[in-house]
Amino acid sequence: MTDSAARFVALEGVSLRYGGEGGGTLAVAGLDLAIARGEFAAVVGPSGCGKSTLMKLATGLAPASEGAVIVAGHEVTGPLKIVGMAFQNPTLLPWRTTLDNVLLPLEIVEPYKSSFRRDREKHVARAKALLATVGLSGFEARYPWQLSGGMQQRASLCRALIHEPALLMLDEPFAALDAFTREELWAVLQALWMERRFTCILVTHDLREAVYLADTVHVMSARPGRVIETRRIDLPRPRDLEASFAPEFVGIVHDLRARIAEARAAA
Amino acid sequence: MSPRLQATLMPWLVVAGLFAAWELLVIVAGLPPFVLPAPTAVFAALAEFAGPITHHALHTLGTTVVGFALSVAGGVALGVAVGSSAVAYRSLFPVLIGFNSIPKVAIVPVLIIWFGIGAVPAIITACLISFFPITVNVATGIATLEPELRDVLRSLGASRLDILRKVGLPRAAPYFFASLKIAITLAFVGSIISETVGSNEGVGYLMIQASSRFQIPLVFAALLVVAAMGVAMYFVFAILERRMTFWATRGVDAGYATGG
Ligand SMILES: Nc1ncnc2c1ncn2[C@@H]1O[C@H](COP(=O)(O)OP(=O)(O)O)[C@@H](O)[C@H]1O
Ligand SMILES: [Mg+2]
Repeated sequence: MTDSAARFVALEGVSLRYGGEGGGTLAVAGLDLAIARGEFAAVVGPSGCGKSTLMKLATGLAPASEGAVIVAGHEVTGPLKIVGMAFQNPTLLPWRTTLDNVLLPLEIVEPYKSSFRRDREKHVARAKALLATVGLSGFEARYPWQLSGGMQQRASLCRALIHEPALLMLDEPFAALDAFTREELWAVLQALWMERRFTCILVTHDLREAVYLADTVHVMSARPGRVIETRRIDLPRPRDLEASFAPEFVGIVHDLRARIAEARAAA
Repeated sequence: MSPRLQATLMPWLVVAGLFAAWELLVIVAGLPPFVLPAPTAVFAALAEFAGPITHHALHTLGTTVVGFALSVAGGVALGVAVGSSAVAYRSLFPVLIGFNSIPKVAIVPVLIIWFGIGAVPAIITACLISFFPITVNVATGIATLEPELRDVLRSLGASRLDILRKVGLPRAAPYFFASLKIAITLAFVGSIISETVGSNEGVGYLMIQASSRFQIPLVFAALLVVAAMGVAMYFVFAILERRMTFWATRGVDAGYATGG
């Protein structure tokens, strides 16, 4: 593997302070992290430790106060344009149908933007196919407020992927869903990832979710956050719910849990 | 009675009840017409002076609508500017509030000195009095964009203009249409204030003329016409609002939550 593939996303000694000079909050400090191209990484840690901040740093939405953020071999200086994002809040646009919500990135990102009207039919077909893979066939013409929370989150995932981003950032995307819907969406996300192999960074506070989905789990310390442990998950794929009750799986969850408890106690 | 019929009927019943109470008050207290004319006297005046009232009402409607249209154009432009930039928000807002606090009746004499007696001061007053709610609402709709949504768009490489077009303006639409309902009634107030201070046409002028001749029933008839025009315009914009921003009410109008 070349260096830019092994370190597709790399944070090197990064710190970020919110709120300007003097006071402010030191959200992350001495943050080191490397994620390979095509890897599924999960970031777990106590609440307020800087997980969302890490997302903003890696996508260039927030500039690092110190250290370097490198994505695809280039130092990040402004918002990246190869990213898809989804959050706990699905943030779909209520005046657009589900289909039009999914198409939104194509109206903004090049090379789709300039030919969007001309190729609209092709894009619509692609969006419908994507919606079908997450189980939303037949809901294209509905408005988001006519969908359940789980369905909105599926549509939000589609919006994050329609422009085939090289990097998918998910910030606690399933945190507001009930347990059953959440587990369904793990399978949906895993299937999408296995098919497309984008690089994915998933922030979550659900350790089972992290172990189910990720190749590597990074544990963060309490604020100011930094990565205190990186754990490879070599369980075979596709993983299913049954596997998540196997002793090996449960053992990993246990270990991670202990590490986070330590991190919280240290704070 | 079906809830729907009841909802349509209730406002009329309330109005009828008000008129009845008013009539009763005048009879019981024995008030002379030049103090408080009874509704029957007001309606009689309305019928008697239907011609001039219509003429002046249409004039007022015209100046109001023109002034209102100008305030929509200006209010939206200013609202977009104030809402999409933190610097503009901080620097322009105090000025706007200061301006809005000035009683517009104090400006009318100045406008008359500048533009003479006529429709122009009425149009300008209608515009000045009604643009503030539009500006504030549009600015609020644009400035309250969810940070996550902004992040989603920025990470797609969206320009400020993209964000404004795709999200800012549609998002501000419910705020905008809500403000139109308030602004149109304010615009009536503005043009009538101006007409009472200096004009030779319009409902305001008619009222001043009538009261100087102690034709109090005619004054009230004119007031009634103004109220009716205000209500009519309000509903025009309320219907427009429902059409344009059905999504903001989350389909509540679509049937099941009629209440009652
Ligand atoms: N925009 C901001 N301004 C000031 N402080 C912030 C801002 N965003 C986050 N913080 C602070 O930075 C710390 C880390 O926040 P965040 O990255 O959101 O944590 P997490 O996502 O792990 O819960 C928290 O203490 C939070 O209060
Ligand atoms: Mg967070």
